[in-house]
Amino acid sequence: MTDQHSQAELVRQSLKARYRKERRFRAYGIIAIAIALAALVTLFADIIGKGYTGFQKTTVTLNVDLDGEIMYLDDATDKRQLKMADFVEPLVLALMKEIPDATEADRDAIKDLINPYASVTLREALEANPGWLGTTRTMTFLTHTDVDVYVKHAGDEGYSIKLNDQQKAWVDELESRGIVDTSFNDVFFSGGDSRDPSKAGILGAVVGSLLTMFVTLALSFPIGVAAAIYLEEFAPQNKFTDFIEVNINNLAAVPSIIFGLLGLAVFINLFGMPRSVPVVGGLVLTLMTLPTIIISSRAAIKSVPPSIREAAEGMGASKMQVVLHHVLPLAMPGMLTGSIIGMAQALGETAPLLLIGMVAFIVDVPNGFFDSATVLPVQVFLWAGSPELAFIERASAAIMVLLAFLISMNALAIWLRKRLERRW
Amino acid sequence: MTNMNQTVARETADQDTPVVAVEASKPAHGSVEEGKTVGKPFSDKAKFKLRDVEVFYGENRAIKNISLDIARNEVIAFIGPSGCGKSTFLRCLNRMNDSIDSCRVTGSLMLDDIDIYDPKRDVVELRARVGMVFQKPNPFPKSIYENVAYGPRIHGLANRKADLDEIVENSLRKAGLWDEVKDRLDATATGMSGGQQQRLCIARAIAVSPEVVLMDEPCSALDPIATAKVEELIAELSESYTIVIVTHSMQQAARVSHRTAYFHLGNLVEVNETSKVFTSPEHELTESYITGRFG
Repeated sequence: MTDQHSQAELVRQSLKARYRKERRFRAYGIIAIAIALAALVTLFADIIGKGYTGFQKTTVTLNVDLDGEIMYLDDATDKRQLKMADFVEPLVLALMKEIPDATEADRDAIKDLINPYASVTLREALEANPGWLGTTRTMTFLTHTDVDVYVKHAGDEGYSIKLNDQQKAWVDELESRGIVDTSFNDVFFSGGDSRDPSKAGILGAVVGSLLTMFVTLALSFPIGVAAAIYLEEFAPQNKFTDFIEVNINNLAAVPSIIFGLLGLAVFINLFGMPRSVPVVGGLVLTLMTLPTIIISSRAAIKSVPPSIREAAEGMGASKMQVVLHHVLPLAMPGMLTGSIIGMAQALGETAPLLLIGMVAFIVDVPNGFFDSATVLPVQVFLWAGSPELAFIERASAAIMVLLAFLISMNALAIWLRKRLERRW
Repeated sequence: MTNMNQTVARETADQDTPVVAVEASKPAHGSVEEGKTVGKPFSDKAKFKLRDVEVFYGENRAIKNISLDIARNEVIAFIGPSGCGKSTFLRCLNRMNDSIDSCRVTGSLMLDDIDIYDPKRDVVELRARVGMVFQKPNPFPKSIYENVAYGPRIHGLANRKADLDEIVENSLRKAGLWDEVKDRLDATATGMSGGQQQRLCIARAIAVSPEVVLMDEPCSALDPIATAKVEELIAELSESYTIVIVTHSMQQAARVSHRTAYFHLGNLVEVNETSKVFTSPEHELTESYITGRFG
């Protein structure tokens, strides 16, 4: 009896120590997750805090007097005259009207409040509506980037305001009257890159990214899946296939910039393909994603239970039929997930694209696979390296767009897996 | 059930009497000589004629010089302790061992007059004649209908939807499953109970009208009620098919089979009418096994 008692006592004591250990272990886990979450929150807070202003534009609404005398224009349908005409003057006059205390001496200071591209907007509007000549129109234009920065970041130490005190006073006054206002930045989503931050947009980069991703997906998914099926189902087990397997695993770990060098040497220098185009970008990213897709596809094929394979073979299905009717449908969710994750990696890839020239300054939105283009992460890289601070918020905004793409791709991967997953 | 089977067994035995007894004297102390099988391994109504069969896994000789006839429309049970080679031997009959790279089969294996291991022979044709049911129910993760229709479809047995429907219904009826599933043919097969799944696998196997059905421990994953149903089914199927069944349950072998073959360490020790094997085995090893002294 006493023996049993003392043993129970010992067990109770050891239990205490065990509980302590378990609690400590759980605490470690919670701390680890807390650190990861804190890092994530900091990252998002920083990007969103810096970048949300990138989604806003500052505009000025003016009553523009489209006087032919001032613009040296008497026929708005004449292309040559339109090219020669002065579209800056009516804007300056209209803004001066809004600032009653301005004198002729302030003309330059006032001109500097208007975006250099505003005159282009005015010309395009007149070109589209020649009848407007001689009338007065209420139109909204972008302000100069300096005004944009002042309106959004007045009082922010990180930004240097380039306006002088008088300009600041004017802008404050115009803002209080609602003439200078901020609104949703549609320019950011509808334009290509620009030297002027107010005019810079990500549409060119988004389209470039989509074209590049399309090439990557169209090449890497079929090649990767076919390679995985061959290696897993048909290839004989010998030294040569072992060698291939080791090399595929190694390729998955090769730094991406090496693939860029390879692309430069082979596709551009050897095959003479053009620089900066989505096709070459897609080819390089295909090389980079292939190992990921092959490895995940092989894992997916391996996870198909052998009993299903046996059942099909026992029914007299040929090797082809076993693969096509049974293995592939069951492995497809895993293959798709792997491919989408590979695509997400490729979407965020910068280094190899720098080497094949997709880092060029390209204003136009690309129209096809052979048009010069850049991609989202390279655009972020370009803007983040720009000396103008107004580009920083654009870079942050572009990062948010890139993250939104990545999150939706990963969500798609999860949805597809849930949707196609079959139990056996 | 059991009674009926025994009757059948006796009849079969009577008709098959010119069975050659290889060795009459009872060997002593449970030793087994390679290639020597006691009882009646041969039959003059042979569906399968298997002679000097050896199976190697790499260097390892898993089946040692086995000769056996399997008669038309008989149910033969393979029994023996784990690792004795009975499943390996069963899998030779429709070349399921082909997918194992290191596996090599020698000897002569004839199904009627075709050589099973002729390198020129397409296994597809063979497997259409020799169907198989596995240990674990393994329906395809598709609908019940698709499971049964798969075989006829890949072998081109039905060109019209109506023909296929008929084959599916007949197969499910033969497997005693039709009444249970006729209203949910489009339901996924993996949602059925284990016993239903196994009977579906049998329906799938007989949908291509094979001549032989191989069953590799078909009831080992089933509960007693499902097992009883499958055994009942085997008895019914034996009227039109030759059935080879591997089982760990000696009661099952006794209930369903006409002849029983006892395997031991890759040797075929004894083959005889089931009633004889379980009442008066000729070989001492058989006796030890069925009385539960090892296994």
